[in-house]
Amino acid sequence: MMGSLKRHTLFVCWFIPLMIALSLSAGCNSEHRFVTKTTFKGTHNIVITFAAPVDEAWARDISNYKVYEEPDPDILLKIAKAIPGRNRKTVTLHFEEELNQDRPHVLNVADIISEGRSLGTEILKVKKLYLGFLFSILIGAMLINNFVFTKYLGLCVFFGTSQKKSTAVGMGVTFTIVIVASAMMSWLLYQFVLKPFQLDYLQIIVFIGLVSLSVQAVDTILRKINPALFKAFGVYLVLVIANCIILAVPLMLADNEYNAWESLMLALGAGLGFLVSLFLMSSVRERLELANVPPTYRGLPIAFVVAGLFALAFLGFSGMSIF
Amino acid sequence: MKTTKSPSQLVLNGLLNENPIFRLALSMCPAVGISTTVMNGLMLGVAVLFVQVCSSCTIAIIKDYIHPRIRIPTYTLTIATWVTVIDLVLSAYAPVAYKAMGIFIKLIVAFAIITMRLEVFACKNTVTKSFWDGMGMGLGFMFGMVTLGCIRELLGMGTLLGHDVLGFRPLLFFALPLAGFFCVGFMMAVFNYVELVFNRRKEKRA
Repeated sequence: MMGSLKRHTLFVCWFIPLMIALSLSAGCNSEHRFVTKTTFKGTHNIVITFAAPVDEAWARDISNYKVYEEPDPDILLKIAKAIPGRNRKTVTLHFEEELNQDRPHVLNVADIISEGRSLGTEILKVKKLYLGFLFSILIGAMLINNFVFTKYLGLCVFFGTSQKKSTAVGMGVTFTIVIVASAMMSWLLYQFVLKPFQLDYLQIIVFIGLVSLSVQAVDTILRKINPALFKAFGVYLVLVIANCIILAVPLMLADNEYNAWESLMLALGAGLGFLVSLFLMSSVRERLELANVPPTYRGLPIAFVVAGLFALAFLGFSGMSIF
Repeated sequence: MKTTKSPSQLVLNGLLNENPIFRLALSMCPAVGISTTVMNGLMLGVAVLFVQVCSSCTIAIIKDYIHPRIRIPTYTLTIATWVTVIDLVLSAYAPVAYKAMGIFIKLIVAFAIITMRLEVFACKNTVTKSFWDGMGMGLGFMFGMVTLGCIRELLGMGTLLGHDVLGFRPLLFFALPLAGFFCVGFMMAVFNYVELVFNRRKEKRA
């Protein structure tokens, strides 16, 4: 039992830095040393970011930009206007028609003028990183919009199982497994049964039923396949149903119309985020046992204050966008 | 365990002795998440009161027909049905408040307090008793939410129910959603302190 626990902790320790490193390395797509970034913004805009301020008159002249979709260079997209940013390091190109963001766009920027010097013509590519988008959902659900510390969900189970590190890890791992299974099932059911037959109003009843079903299924399967693991994690399975995150995730999937991969990422992010927050909290609470807390604050009240401090720290992630 | 308490005792029990938020420490998520203003707290309190009373009565009526082994799924489905009702009603008649509470209305299903009351009380007592118990628990929850909302709105924005009371903002920090953690922690400590003082007095008398 300890062996499996340790392996899980090790997995978590490696997984998180790996994810962050991957997401950061995928984030910078510089194609030229003067143009640092090109991205889509909204449905009609492309934003070009330069390394230094560019000449305003040059930036406003739309004849300097030629944009086409990669497969057909003959069809130039019509630009309505070009607006330089306040510090003149960015230029927003506004197009007359909606951009098809699934295709890479080629951007020809003629004769860039910055601080009186000409820097030559640049050919740039603008594309949406789908893998990046998936990672941003994962990291978003895990850290930036952590369900416990920034959405305040699942608190009952969170405070109940964060007293010891071993309990916290057990609960977190069990929860991650169950939430991925149940979220995928609810996604399937919502997309292929509830939506086509316009039974949306039944989502609460159907999702809560599915959650209890999948908990029961994981219970039965785990008991047969790996009794040792069941002995370690079986206790937490009952608690999983009492956690509101497990119901919140299917509801969010239904609201946001995510596809299968995006749903998987959101569910995984929610589970891992819960694991991370439980682990952090249990580390602090193990130390709190030794601290001299005033009698009125002993137990839950001080745990709430600690959780508040964690939430303040997690507030630092807000507004961070990786892609 | 059949209860012999009168209706008023049942309601008082839910309000003070077994207050769902401060004493039983159940259903903490809404207490932290959306008690930023009195109005929000009141609306969710009303919704929970409705669901609690309705499901308590439903279970009390059909308790003789439920097989003990499937009682928990039955409770869950009953609650989910009543939550769907209140969800649809609120989204039709109070769309603004519904938006402000967001996902929490739907998550009433997962609030431990309701299932717990069904398991502990409604499946063993008569319909009238269960009605008053549900009333007490719902009012206790509402009381907790409104108290938290009062403190946070007064300290954070200097207003009560949108009316300017203080004329200034003492501590803007309390208007932030995450201040709920601190607020609930402090309130629990206050309840603990009152209990401590009471016990000390009792000891002195004895």
